[in-house]
Amino acid sequence: MTTTSPTTTAPALDRGALPASEGKGHGGRFKLGAGQQLKGGPFTYVALIVVGLGSVLPLYWTLVAASHDQQRVLDSPPPLVPGSRLWSNLQSAWEQAHLGTAIVNTLIVASCITAATLFFCTLAGYAFAKMRFRGRGALMTAVIATLTIPPQLSVVPLFMMMSDIGWGGKLESVIFPTLVGAFGVFFMRQYLLEALPYELIEAAKVDGASNIRIVWSVVLPVARPAMMVLGMLTFVQAWNDFFWPFLALNQENPTIQVALGQLSASYTPDQSIVMAGALISTLPLLLVFVIFGKQIVGGIMSGAVKG
Amino acid sequence: MATTAPAPGAHASPPGGSGAASNGLSRRTWRSRLWRFDDLASPYAYIAPFFLIFGAFGLYPLLYTGWIALHRVEMTSLDQSQWVGWENFATILQDSEFWTAVTNTFVIGVISTVPQLLVALGLAHLLNYKLRASTFWRTLILTPYATSVATASLVFALVFRADGGLLNWVLHFVGGGNTDWGNGEWTSKIAISVMVIWRWTGYNTLIYLAAMQAVPTDLYEAASLDGATRWQQFRKVTIPSLRPTILFTIVISTIGSMQLFGEPLLLQGGTLGSIGGSEHQYETLSIYLFNYGWKLGHLGPAAAVAWAMLVLLLLIALINWIVGRFVHKNAA
Repeated sequence: MTTTSPTTTAPALDRGALPASEGKGHGGRFKLGAGQQLKGGPFTYVALIVVGLGSVLPLYWTLVAASHDQQRVLDSPPPLVPGSRLWSNLQSAWEQAHLGTAIVNTLIVASCITAATLFFCTLAGYAFAKMRFRGRGALMTAVIATLTIPPQLSVVPLFMMMSDIGWGGKLESVIFPTLVGAFGVFFMRQYLLEALPYELIEAAKVDGASNIRIVWSVVLPVARPAMMVLGMLTFVQAWNDFFWPFLALNQENPTIQVALGQLSASYTPDQSIVMAGALISTLPLLLVFVIFGKQIVGGIMSGAVKG
Repeated sequence: MATTAPAPGAHASPPGGSGAASNGLSRRTWRSRLWRFDDLASPYAYIAPFFLIFGAFGLYPLLYTGWIALHRVEMTSLDQSQWVGWENFATILQDSEFWTAVTNTFVIGVISTVPQLLVALGLAHLLNYKLRASTFWRTLILTPYATSVATASLVFALVFRADGGLLNWVLHFVGGGNTDWGNGEWTSKIAISVMVIWRWTGYNTLIYLAAMQAVPTDLYEAASLDGATRWQQFRKVTIPSLRPTILFTIVISTIGSMQLFGEPLLLQGGTLGSIGGSEHQYETLSIYLFNYGWKLGHLGPAAAVAWAMLVLLLLIALINWIVGRFVHKNAA
């Protein structure tokens, strides 16, 4: 975890971090354009504070609702500050919805998907960025095109296939379809295009390194910062995935999101306990965000620019 | 793509093989053949996992969906199927609920995408100023992205409750507060749009921000030398430069709205959720598919719905392409 300094994140973030230093010797404030150099005025900050509050208030209110009993939550006026029942609600949620199993399951699913995505996407991204082979352009286009296919189009046969090979209701059924994604391949390719000089590869070849050796000792070290970002983005997505897991898994063996959906779909859901479950499912990711927010922001921005 | 690549491919000189020309073919050992094979096969080996996984769990099921759509397959007996031809398609096309779902998907798609992208554009513009703690603001507006669709939907379901909901309580100070959000034709769609907007505005903002920072500063300089105001610069420099990005986010958001599932499922929860409200007022295509396949157990019509979604997506792609060409022509 020592590679988190701003210089090691993806290139576009660096460009963003130093907007004022690009070829701007003189001219001063007056001549500058509407772009990046102008300082934000009070209005900018007020607007950002409003939007920022809007972004976190629903999460704050999750905490509030999770810390009262149901009567209080549904009463008018609704509670606005946290109450005293947080711990007992968390315990009830934990017991009612198999949340213990669900958390473990989600950890397994998200870790497997993240590890596989990192491995396969780095390999493929490297091949598309720096290796020459027949059909490279067309195959890359095919990879991008798969991004436009929503999962809805294949869930029916997927469900049948999974039950056919004995994975019905098992974690395998949500892990395997998501092992490697087009976004990750594209993301790693974009990063390696700029970050990995051909000289390094050539030098390794002159030294007699095989291709897999080059991947191991040249590509992986260079790719590591981008892999970290991709890893976090993948983990967040895998943790939060809802549609296919909800169809594929059942109440006895759910992921955390599936458990949450089922908790609320029961006949008389206790809203404060549902909220406690929502809190449990969200806290780990919020923690990741607080610690690695900068890298995640940089990752999304660098994945976006060059299409 | 890859026009500047200076000879990445073959091994320049395998050890011991550099003088091969003078030594003739005899020096071509199995070893150098191995090198060649390594160079030839490695790239394909590296990209193979993606295509294998996509083939097995993406492409094959996609085609298989077409087969199922022409058969009767029941959830209770997955291994039995019976040819029924176009019957499944006829069934859903004659079902008014299907058309309600199509309309709802489009309406919710529009009223969640348009405001979301406009707000994101404005926010990106603000974040593009030189700010104190700029990373903090960017992370802050991205927090909804870390929230799962389940959590977000459940919280907003409470906020939008008719009795004692947070929103109605706030509205009662300004004389409102009696809105039955979940049961209204429009209010339920608005509620779902609010969830979508809340979760995705920050993400789109960052994408726009990245694109804005890639706009060369001399464009702005030239504009301001010509006496353009900041609003004019935003409209004449920023927006045109962002056109490809804006189109990209429109495509992504449109595909995303075709997939809306968790939000409508959990807005009222329970059985109401799985049919999209008592009057199907917020039933989306994904909900309709889920209800047909997983609640009623008829997988044939569910597969037909999936293919209908594919057709709709292709239509949208076509429209996007036409609009894109039009925009491109106008810009040139």
